[in-house]
Amino acid sequence: MPDSTFLDSTELVLNMGPQHPSTHGVLRVILKLDGEKVLGTECIIGYLHRGVEKIAENRTYAQFNPYVDRMDYVAAVSNGLGYCLAVEKLLNVEAPPRAQAVRVILTELNRIASHLLWLGTHALDIGAITPVFYCFREREEALKIFEKYCGARLTTHAFRIGGLLYETYDGFEQDVRDFCDMFLPKVDEYEELLTNNRIWVGRLKNVGVLNAEECKEYGVTGPVLRAAGVKWDIRKAQPYSGYEKYEFEIPTAQNGDTYDRYIVRMQEMRQSVRIMRQAVAAIPEGPIMGKVGKVIKPAVGEAYVSIEAPKGELGYYIVSDGSTQPYRCRVRPPSFVNLQALDRMIRGGLIADVVAVIGTLDIVLGEVDR
Amino acid sequence: MADEQKPGGSQAPPPEGGAAPKAPAKPPPDAAAKAAPKPAAAAHAAPPKPPATMAATPWDGDLARELKERFGDGIAQTSTYLGQNFIVAKPDAAIPVLEYLKLEADFDYLVDITAVDWPKRPERFDLVYIVYSFSRNERVRIKTYIADGFQPETAVGVHLTANWLEREVFDMFGIEFAGHPDMRRILLPEEWQGYPLRKENSILLQDQRWVQENLGIESGQ
Repeated sequence: MPDSTFLDSTELVLNMGPQHPSTHGVLRVILKLDGEKVLGTECIIGYLHRGVEKIAENRTYAQFNPYVDRMDYVAAVSNGLGYCLAVEKLLNVEAPPRAQAVRVILTELNRIASHLLWLGTHALDIGAITPVFYCFREREEALKIFEKYCGARLTTHAFRIGGLLYETYDGFEQDVRDFCDMFLPKVDEYEELLTNNRIWVGRLKNVGVLNAEECKEYGVTGPVLRAAGVKWDIRKAQPYSGYEKYEFEIPTAQNGDTYDRYIVRMQEMRQSVRIMRQAVAAIPEGPIMGKVGKVIKPAVGEAYVSIEAPKGELGYYIVSDGSTQPYRCRVRPPSFVNLQALDRMIRGGLIADVVAVIGTLDIVLGEVDR
Repeated sequence: MADEQKPGGSQAPPPEGGAAPKAPAKPPPDAAAKAAPKPAAAAHAAPPKPPATMAATPWDGDLARELKERFGDGIAQTSTYLGQNFIVAKPDAAIPVLEYLKLEADFDYLVDITAVDWPKRPERFDLVYIVYSFSRNERVRIKTYIADGFQPETAVGVHLTANWLEREVFDMFGIEFAGHPDMRRILLPEEWQGYPLRKENSILLQDQRWVQENLGIESGQ
């Protein structure tokens, strides 16, 4: 008989990923376990690192625009908006009102598409198969509008520095209105499936709690912060692109657990519909492109501009040396910063909750790694 | 380089041939360090050139005054550009300033830490901290200029989120943070050689040996 068997050891190190269906991409998490309990984690990231910031230094401002779509590829429109706003800030120009209204509509539509992808895959991780089919059904309608508008469904490159390249197509307004009318009842449908579902509630309540103080400590933003009770949304705090014109609420919750984050995101989809309805009802006439030269050459200087992306604060810090290429283009990615809080959220929890917590953070590895 | 045009004004052609082509596209990289514009170069040239330095204006809000009172020489400059306020602090004052801003002025959210490389400047890197205050709804950038090899103090003691952000700065620029709990690469593999976002590295440069050994690819680049 050996002196000790494996039963005597209490700690087990388990590798999860990078090819794991529940890590939503190539995230590798090393878990230290005591039975079912998680003692600690370490994230290994960088598998999708493409050196986006280096590429930016070697492209002109306009050439770099399509690259930003490939960071958070499920919310490409938001990425593009943030980048365009940052360069516009450096150039000290503003997109015309018509372009701003169309930008708001497409960005909110993209927020819905992003949240739908999150909801479907998150529910799938928890073990609910049905929602993913429902979510993709509606997401398809949103993507169709992108496709009709700019020809692309995922990496849209919808906006240009200074405004828009394409005028809206005939029937754009009607398509958006139809989407809004169709979509609101569908949100109720998802909620019917999940909100009071015993398994869903049991798996999410009090799991992965991150309170307001911890959120601020870790720099966590977006729905995760709002679920902890902080009523903060850049669209309200520092409005851009005309968001100050629209009436909408900032949904919040109190407990900061996985269930609350689910509730917040569901409410956000409803608010997005509300914004889209107001925007589509009053798209101003006029030009769609601001006064931007063919060669984009901002004066020497720097600017940091951030927007409320579906995942949180997405910022661009661009330094210009007066040439046609950014001297430095830093992307402040919400997914990267939010992912850092993963360890805090699941330490002491159960291994079965790890996938729930990764899902609720709503990270996109393309943005984490850039 | 551009300054040399002034003394050589009478016998213009020979010296200009070598130095001039670069001048308009790439102004000297010490842009932000000197607030004063260079009048000599501007008066000389026929087409109105954009200023070679950032046209920042002094920022003397309450917060700027408070910080200057508190830190004296530690604050080299308080400016605003395009409506965005920033502070230039001495390297050893950066962390105390962050701490002060967090505890006394409610800047409780560290948005980002990043760096900018200016290879020709003696203090080679800009180290940039961006902080935000929820209660004031205000964002401030804190910049310090540090030399290559200088180890700035870590901000992890003030904001936990600095952990990964500083690791990324280390990974990309090779700036090591003193006192950081886990100073390793984060996006690139640990054995990778070189710091990609330093300006001397071209976009095509990669760690050939690592790629060969680990991926088995003979890179054609």
